[in-house]
Amino acid sequence: MGKTLSEQILSEKSGVDVTAGDIVITPVDLVFVQDTTGPLTIRQFKESKHSSLANPQRSVIFIDHAVPSPNRQLSNDHQFLRQFARETGCIISEGGQGICHQLVAENFANPGDIIVGADSHTVTAGALGAFATGMGSSDIAVALALGKTWFRVPESFKINLSGKFQKWVSSKDLVLYLIGKIGADGATYKALEFSGEAMPEICISQRLTIANMAVEAGAKVGIFPSDEVTREFLVAQGRAIKYRPLQPDADAEYEQTLAINLSELEPMVAKPHTVDNVAPVQTLSGIKINQVFIGTCTNGRVEDLAIAASILKDKKCHPDVRLVVAPASRHVLASALELGYIQALVAAGATLVPPGCAACLGLHQGVLGDKEVCLSTANRNFKGRMGNPEAFIYLASPATAAASALTGEITDPRKLK
Amino acid sequence: MMADSILKGKAFKFGDDISTDQIIPGRYAQLRSNPPELAKHVMEDADQTFAQKVKPGDFIVAGKNFGLGSSREHAPLVIKMSGVSAILASSVARIFFRNAINQGLPVLICDTDKIDSGDELEINLTTGTILNKTKGIRLTSGKIPKVMLDILSEGGLIPYINKYGDFKL
Repeated sequence: MGKTLSEQILSEKSGVDVTAGDIVITPVDLVFVQDTTGPLTIRQFKESKHSSLANPQRSVIFIDHAVPSPNRQLSNDHQFLRQFARETGCIISEGGQGICHQLVAENFANPGDIIVGADSHTVTAGALGAFATGMGSSDIAVALALGKTWFRVPESFKINLSGKFQKWVSSKDLVLYLIGKIGADGATYKALEFSGEAMPEICISQRLTIANMAVEAGAKVGIFPSDEVTREFLVAQGRAIKYRPLQPDADAEYEQTLAINLSELEPMVAKPHTVDNVAPVQTLSGIKINQVFIGTCTNGRVEDLAIAASILKDKKCHPDVRLVVAPASRHVLASALELGYIQALVAAGATLVPPGCAACLGLHQGVLGDKEVCLSTANRNFKGRMGNPEAFIYLASPATAAASALTGEITDPRKLK
Repeated sequence: MMADSILKGKAFKFGDDISTDQIIPGRYAQLRSNPPELAKHVMEDADQTFAQKVKPGDFIVAGKNFGLGSSREHAPLVIKMSGVSAILASSVARIFFRNAINQGLPVLICDTDKIDSGDELEINLTTGTILNKTKGIRLTSGKIPKVMLDILSEGGLIPYINKYGDFKL
């Protein structure tokens, strides 16, 4: 019987011929934490009998959620993380370099890798054909110590993509549509495996957006094949040597197959307070917004800023809207500056904040007021997510976000003149 | 399987899709290295009065997809610190499930429609049966993988690894 991508990778790494439902122990190729989960991970590690890391050069601490630090407690947490890096020789990515998932894609993830991170959006690296998933601090502490973890081999959903996105429609609209269709727990414990004739049309930036949100349907991983698009990305990142093609077997067994024609998609929005509360943008036109947030591991890449800049160039944001822009990494920021996107956004009235998670998790840099409405390019709209349980978060694409910043209300980017 | 395999307490009922942001909001990230202070905010965005009302031994009873969202293990940690002895839900999100077991906090998957807030429950962890004493009905919970049962019976993943030195399947 043929194997899914998940079964292939877990079989290869564990050295055991596995199928969905099996429990396996596998080595891990990359283990990481970020600054809000790292301190507990380190305390758990210190409670174990281990004092050294299995693989320090494949263990990374990313300081990205609270940068620059908004208060002394988090500054002390950052000191604690730096001290652990000095003690163990692991890699530390300092504040300002960018969001862990973006930096994993830029610098670490390779096709066929197993990647575990103390952050639920670790699934993002599935865009590069890695089996990547988020775990809690205890699991990551043990992965740091032993260099391995256990998995239940997931059943897979095949998401078969055809067609081509229409203008102003993107991978964010696709993944919101998909989550709306299967539900916030529709893929719990499962793998979402993307394939189909549309693959050459979907660049790595778009694949990262889709894989990133697999967890919002409950999935363990959201994984893409490794193909020519992957190879070109790895070449550009200086990791050509890490390229290997990966495709599911033609006779692999899937629990479900879903077909989506990209040509038929339209701009979508997830309404408060769950990500599967999805509707077409055009059915929500006219909802007034107070803040627009463009950034995050979902949509803070150069391609996203390019779309926003193309809409906002030589225009002004609506006077009742605050536009906050956070590039996903320093590399993204530098590229977007070179290409003039940042200048266009700032001229339109955007407040630029440093590369990092910024307003997404409600700590700082754009906490919402009571009854305020934010349209965000992030991945979560849970009650309280942006720091205030009395606020409302809508999720959409960079195009919808930029169009809405211009008009002051939720706006279908296709309707702009 | 566990030393205290009979749990008794009162049910606190919650709905579907209770996220980790409702269990322990991200805006308290600065308290994460101070668990006793952090735990004062347990379930705050789902029920502001929960932290005051919950008593040792009580249960969180929820609908589907409990604990969706962030990987923060602080979520089951503060629930455990509040005195809750087990979570019952019709389904739980993947990362939360592993995190709860890794913290030594039992999670039982069962038909929670038959439990209301205030119901007195008695749970036998060895057999996985739940007696709703208030309603006089008995429920059974779904099976969990052996590796998770073993981790739970050692009180969490770190004690398990300290005992066995490795995963044993």
